[in-house]
Amino acid sequence: MAERIMMKGNEAFAEGAIKAGCRFFFGYPITPQNEIPEYMSRRMPEVGGTFIQAESEVSAINMVYGAGGAGARAMTSSSSPGISLKQEGISYIATAEVPCVIVNVARGGPGLGGLTPSQADYFQAVKGGGHGDYHMIVFAPGSVQEIIDLMYEAFVTADKYRNPVMVLADGLLGQMMEPVVLRDWEDLQIPEKPWASTGMVAGKPQSVINSLGLAPEELENMNIRLQNKYRTIEENEVRYEEDGVEDAELIIVAYGTSARVSKSAINKARAEGKKVGLFRPITLWPFPSKRLAELAEAGKRFMTVEMSAGQMIEDVKLAVNGKSEVEFYGRYNGAIPSVTEVYQAIMKSFEGREVHK
Amino acid sequence: MKQVFGYPESLQNRPNHYCPGCTHGIIHRLVAEAIDELQVREKTIAVAPVGCAVLAYNYFNCDAQQAAHGRAPAVATGIKRALPDRIVFTYQGDGDLASIGMAEIVHAANRGENITVIFVNNAIYGMTGGQMAPTTLPGQKTTTSPYGRDTATTGYPIQVCEMLNTLKAPAFIARVSVHDPKNVMKAKEAIKKAFEYQVNGKGFSLVEVLSTCPTNWGMTPVEALKWLENNMVPVFPLGTFRSLEEVSK
Amino acid sequence: MAKVTFNEERCKGCELCVSVCPKQIIHMADRFNSKGYRPAEVIEQDKCIGCAFCARMCPDVVIEVYK
Repeated sequence: MAERIMMKGNEAFAEGAIKAGCRFFFGYPITPQNEIPEYMSRRMPEVGGTFIQAESEVSAINMVYGAGGAGARAMTSSSSPGISLKQEGISYIATAEVPCVIVNVARGGPGLGGLTPSQADYFQAVKGGGHGDYHMIVFAPGSVQEIIDLMYEAFVTADKYRNPVMVLADGLLGQMMEPVVLRDWEDLQIPEKPWASTGMVAGKPQSVINSLGLAPEELENMNIRLQNKYRTIEENEVRYEEDGVEDAELIIVAYGTSARVSKSAINKARAEGKKVGLFRPITLWPFPSKRLAELAEAGKRFMTVEMSAGQMIEDVKLAVNGKSEVEFYGRYNGAIPSVTEVYQAIMKSFEGREVHK
Repeated sequence: MKQVFGYPESLQNRPNHYCPGCTHGIIHRLVAEAIDELQVREKTIAVAPVGCAVLAYNYFNCDAQQAAHGRAPAVATGIKRALPDRIVFTYQGDGDLASIGMAEIVHAANRGENITVIFVNNAIYGMTGGQMAPTTLPGQKTTTSPYGRDTATTGYPIQVCEMLNTLKAPAFIARVSVHDPKNVMKAKEAIKKAFEYQVNGKGFSLVEVLSTCPTNWGMTPVEALKWLENNMVPVFPLGTFRSLEEVSK
Repeated sequence: MAKVTFNEERCKGCELCVSVCPKQIIHMADRFNSKGYRPAEVIEQDKCIGCAFCARMCPDVVIEVYK
């Protein structure tokens, strides 16, 4: 079954989760993601699922921890300040290796910030965010259709690695409406979870969902196990999209809404003969460092376009490891950079370069 | 001769790490006995707190999840909603439940979550070395109230049962003590009743157990029991505050 | 006729059992267990009434009671 309908980004997160077999949603109101809990409060009873409006973001993430630890496909959603509150729970969840999905429809920060779209939660999403050495897998959709598709991939990947997956979008993606194809996933099946804490029924050995390692050796072993898993994820789960990078001299690296704006700006610059391409990371962690390093080896230079003061640029610089120039264009007023602004930044990057050739 | 008192099946047969005379051991055994008698061990999932009982999963012979400080009722909510036919209980201390976890316990109680909460109140933070708790008595000396708890600046001990009893949803709320054999038997009855409420799908049940901390109180275990009886019981009156059948009468 | 047995290795010498025995037949032994505690013991078993007060108060489930 596949139907083409108009859908708002936030509703797509919710329906995408339902289609992915998620039956447990725990949330707390915060703008600009309120349509997600609202949709879930309506939809979960229809599919025999559970919706709880928790007393706080802190409680919501801990309910996810409980349900996920009991073997269920569970999720929460929030926006930047609320995601900050969830960090304690996320650290526990990552360490206890409980699969779950966390949606961040980000708004401008820091502090209470504003309500308008932002990509300033990049560091928080990809570098851990809470305490300790851990990673979430981070998906960054660029369209409403991709929100639906990545919600499915998010639950599958979370279960595959017993790891929390964050789907990170800015407020614009949450609020925009686009035509989408809603399909039922033919291969949808929730894997057996013998590790889950479901009761010692019929002689099942004790399962303890836990992140405590009091003895140094125990703690180190726990961390070694996590780090080994992260290396496997880095090997297998990198996703990105390229457009016109082969002949490009300058590659714009951007995700989410910034990538959409950049694409239009790139087309405009291309029309004027500038060799510029787009590299769009779809996984922000694991970051597509290897591919960016190859492109740097091939002599390309880069510019990140971000709705922040420049966060992903650090990962691009690490990836190219000094072999190539990395420029930045960003806005951090809680507004979307215009096509003209990004176009001008691209044109400026070419200024003077052709003269020396 | 027949054995009339032995080791409960729902308790793992291993030594615990609690200090000599710490009443956590008594309360663990009472919980295990209640689970045994209701024959629900295989379906039971414990939620361990942060505090002295953080290792509770090493003692209870059932599945378990370890929760962040104060978050046990939220974790238990997630588990119970995912597995409604399982028996889910939290085991929390006074700092965990009545300070950092106050929001979680109040709202789990207010939703009438069908879980059981064992709330161990010994009027002090044990694991971190004897700091003032929300249930510390007026004038009681702790490492962060070295001149005695000053009610003018730190308020009064929080009476959790009385507070939760203002909510409409909870099914069973009781306060018991373990300072002598008679009270231990009463505590056992209350704990078993709390689990029975859950087994019968009646909703939220909580038993507050007045407990000792000989190490951080600076007393022998026997002196600590006397101190509990003489000083804590007057501030935290024992009894059943809520029992659904009684309410519906 | 009743009997109590002590798992001496688990005893932490807290003396809660001693304090509640109505017959006052529980004493701390003159020896140490491997943890360095003096365990509780009963010598005059014939005076035991099997009330299990000691077992109910023991935080370490050291005591078994037979009747």
